Amino acid sequence: MVGKAEPVNGSVKSGSNQSIPAAMQSPLKKSDLIPNLSLKTLKLKTKQQELLIRVSILCLVYVLAFITRLFSVLRYESMIHEFDPYFNYRTTLFLTEKGFYEFWNWFDSESWYPLGRIIGGTLYPGLMVTAAIIYWLLRFLRFAIHIREVCVLTAPFFASNTTLVAYFFGKEVWDSGAGLVAAALIAICPGYISRSVAGSYDNEGVAIFALLLTFYLFVKAVNTGSLAWALASAFGYFYMVSAWGGYVFIINLIPLYVLVLLITGRYSMRLYVAYNSMYVLGMLLAMQIRFVGFQHVQSGEHMAAMGVFFLLQVFFFLDWVKHLLSDTKLFQAFLRITVTTAIAVGAIALGVGTASGYISPWTGRFYSLLDPTYAKDHIPIIASVSEHQPTAWSSFMFDFHILLFLFPAGLYFCFKRLSDATIFIVMYGLTSIYFAGVMVRLILVATPAVCLISAIAVSATIKNLTLVARAKNKVTQTGFVRGSSSLKGSSKASLDQSQPFQRNGAIALLLGAFYLLSKYATHCTWVTSEAYSSPSIVLAARGAHGNRVIFDDYREAYFWLRKNTPPDAKVMSWWDYGYQITAMGNRTVIVDNNTWNNTHIATVGRAMSSYENEAYEIMRSLDVDYVLVVFGGVTGYSSDDINKFLWMVRIGGGVFPVIKEPDYLVNGEYRVDKGAAPKMLNCLMYKLSYYRFGELTTEYGKPPGYDRARGVEIGNKDIKLEYLEEAFTTSNWIVRIYKVKPPNNRCPYAGNDVPYLPWVPTVLRYHFQAMFHG
Amino acid sequence: MARSTSKDAQALFHSFRSAYAATPTNLKIIDLYVGFAVFTALIQIAYIAIVGSFPFNSFLSGLLSCIGTAVLAVCLRIQVNRENKEFKDLPPERAFADFVLCNLVLHLVIMNFLG
Repeated sequence: MVGKAEPVNGSVKSGSNQSIPAAMQSPLKKSDLIPNLSLKTLKLKTKQQELLIRVSILCLVYVLAFITRLFSVLRYESMIHEFDPYFNYRTTLFLTEKGFYEFWNWFDSESWYPLGRIIGGTLYPGLMVTAAIIYWLLRFLRFAIHIREVCVLTAPFFASNTTLVAYFFGKEVWDSGAGLVAAALIAICPGYISRSVAGSYDNEGVAIFALLLTFYLFVKAVNTGSLAWALASAFGYFYMVSAWGGYVFIINLIPLYVLVLLITGRYSMRLYVAYNSMYVLGMLLAMQIRFVGFQHVQSGEHMAAMGVFFLLQVFFFLDWVKHLLSDTKLFQAFLRITVTTAIAVGAIALGVGTASGYISPWTGRFYSLLDPTYAKDHIPIIASVSEHQPTAWSSFMFDFHILLFLFPAGLYFCFKRLSDATIFIVMYGLTSIYFAGVMVRLILVATPAVCLISAIAVSATIKNLTLVARAKNKVTQTGFVRGSSSLKGSSKASLDQSQPFQRNGAIALLLGAFYLLSKYATHCTWVTSEAYSSPSIVLAARGAHGNRVIFDDYREAYFWLRKNTPPDAKVMSWWDYGYQITAMGNRTVIVDNNTWNNTHIATVGRAMSSYENEAYEIMRSLDVDYVLVVFGGVTGYSSDDINKFLWMVRIGGGVFPVIKEPDYLVNGEYRVDKGAAPKMLNCLMYKLSYYRFGELTTEYGKPPGYDRARGVEIGNKDIKLEYLEEAFTTSNWIVRIYKVKPPNNRCPYAGNDVPYLPWVPTVLRYHFQAMFHG
Repeated sequence: MARSTSKDAQALFHSFRSAYAATPTNLKIIDLYVGFAVFTALIQIAYIAIVGSFPFNSFLSGLLSCIGTAVLAVCLRIQVNRENKEFKDLPPERAFADFVLCNLVLHLVIMNFLG
C-alpha cells in the first residue's frame, strides 16, 4: 500500500511544477537505478521523502506567489497604486499614529466638504488592522520599517498565505496532490494577481485569503462535525466581514449549499452542528463591525441564511421526532400539522417584514448582480465604474488561460466522486463563474474556485496517466516489484502487456500536459508583467529613441497642492481623485471615491457641465478654492476627465434635470472639435481642460490645439476664463489646477438677477436660482 | 374531524412521552437546558412586544445569547448521544470542552455587544 500510493503523488506534483528537477522523482523508484542521490544518502523512508517533497514544493510556491507580484516595485518604486488604496493607506497611517480607539471613532472633516464623513463607522477595518498589527509586530522585533512598506507588501504576503490555504482546501476536497496543484495554480493566476500586486493595498488582497479560509474551515467542519472547526470558521467569517463587502457571497453561498445538501438527501448531523454554530457565532461576530451593523437581521441579502437556519431547526426536529416515534401514521399527522404551521409562520413573518420595510430589499450594488441592466437605468454611479462592466470573453481568457477548459474537466471529476466537499466546491465554482460573467471585478472571487477545480482535473488526469505509464514498468522489471500482484496496478498491468502503445500514449499525453502547464506559467508571468503591474498613478511610455519616459504628473500636482495652497483650501475635482488628493495633497476635497452621497457628486457634475458663470455660483456655495482637472490631450492619456465627461453629465443630470445629455452631443455623437455642440464648447470642463491648449503644438505635422487623446483638433481654441485663473499645470499637462477668484467688489453675484439674501444659507441660494432659471 | 385530530394528538402525545422516557439522563439534562434557554428567549420576545426594542443591540445580544446557547447545547447533545453513528469515536469530554469553548466565545461577544 505504501509503495503504491506515495510515489504516484510525488510524480504527480513533479510534473506540474517545473521548478523541481526531474532527478527528484527518481528516489521514489527503487534506488538501484540511481546510486548516488542525496535523498538516498539521507536514508529517508518513503513517507518522509514524500513529506520533504511536499514541504519544499509548498515553500517554493509560497515564495513564488510573493515574488511574482513585485514587478512594479522593481520597475518604479515602492508606492501605493491607484485610487482606493490611498484611502486605505491614509486610514492605516491614522491608526498607527493615533491608536485603535481614535481610529474606531474617527470623524473626518477633510473629505466631502461640508458634510464630512464618519470614517470609523463606514469602513471595513480588517485590512487596516491587519497591516497595523504586522507593523507593530515588526516594530516589536526592532525592524524600523515605515508603514508604507508594510502596506505595499501586505497583499503579496496574503497571496502567499492564500496558496497555503488552497493546499489544505485541495487536500480536503480531493487529495494532497490536488492541493499542491491548486496552490501552484493560484500562486500565479492573473485573476488573483490583478488585485493583489505589491502596492495594490486594497480590501481584496486580504479578503480573498479570508474567503478561502472561511470556506476551507466550513468544509472541514462539515466533514468532521466538530464544534471546534465550526468555531474556527465563524472566526474566519468574522475576518471576512471585517475585510470586504463581498462577505455577502459567503452568507448566501453557505445556506444555498446547506439547502442543496438537504434536498439531495446528503444531510447528516455533522451538517447541523457545522452550520448552526457557524451561523450564530458568525452572525454575532459580524455585527461587531459598525459598518455592517444590524444588517444580518434586517437586510434582504442576509435573509437566506436566517431562513435556512430556521428550516434546519424544523427539519432536524422532525427527524428527531420521527426517530422517537415508532408509529408512522401518528408521525404523518404530526408532520402535517408542524410543516403547515412552520411554513405559514415563516411566510407571514417574511411578508410582514418586507411589506413594512423592516427587512430592507436588496441594495443596488448587489441587486445589479442579479439583474445586470438595473444599474444602467437607475443608478449611473454604479454603472459608470469600469470594474462593474460585464465581462468579455477575452477577459476570461486573459485571466484564466488554460484553467478555462480545465474547469469543466474538473467539474466532471467532481461529479464522478460526489461528497459533501466536492458538492461545495462545485457550487462555489458555478455561482462564482456566473457572477464573474456579470461583473469584471468578480473574476477575482471566481479565481480560487476555478483554480481548485482545475487542480482536481490536472491532478486526477496526471495521476491516471502516470498509473498507465508506470504499470508497464512494474510488470517488465520484475526484479523491483514487491506487492504489485495484490494491488490494482496488476490488472492494469496485465492489460497493458498486450497494448504496449498505450504506455507510449500515456507518456505523450503527460508531456502534452506538462507543456500546457508550462505555457500557463509563461502566460501568467507575461500578463502580470505587462498588464497588472502598473501603478496607475505613474505612467510610463516609450520615448522617440526607445528610452523609457516616466510621467509623474499626478504626484507632482498633489505635492504642489500640499506646498503652495493654504492648509484649509478646498479642492473640487471629479470623485476619482478625491482619495489621492486627501492622502497626498493633504487638502479638503468636495467629493471622493467613497461615493456615498449621490447628490453631492451630482452637484460637482453639474458644476463641471455648466457654463462658467453658473458653475461659479455652485463653487462659491461650496466654498471651493481650487479646481483640479485631468487632461490627456498632450500625452495621449485616455483616462482623463474629458473622456469621463459624459458620466459627469449623466450623474449630474440624474439629480438636476437642468443638465440634459443631448445638449452635449451632436447627432448622438460626442465631439470636441469644431462640430461639437455649443454647450460642450463652453462648459467649465472644456474650458479648464483646453485653456491655452490652442497655442500648443503637440505633434509634428498637426495644427496647434491637436488633442492627441481624441485625435482631433479642438473646436474652441480661444478660451478666456472669467472667474478662475490658472494656478498650476504639470510638466506634461496631465493635471491642471485652477484657482477660484474671489467675487468682485461691486457685483457680488455677476450674471443673475436674484436679490441678495444674506440670511439664506449659501447652499440654498443656488437652489433658489435653479428654481428661477428652470 | 376535530375529534379524530384531538384523538390523534392525544395518541401522539402518549407515544411521544413513552418514547422520550427511554432516553438517558444526561441527554434529558441537556434537553432541560435547551428548554430553559428557549423559554428565556420567549420571555425576551414578549418583553419587546410590550415595551419596544430600543437599544436594538442589547435586545439582539440578549436574544442571541439564549438562542446561541440553545443551539450549542443541541449540538452537544448530538455529539454525546450514543445512538449517533457518526460521532461514535468522539469522546464526550472533547464534545463538552468544545461546547464550553464556544459558549465562552459567544458570551464574550455578547458582553461586547450589550452596549
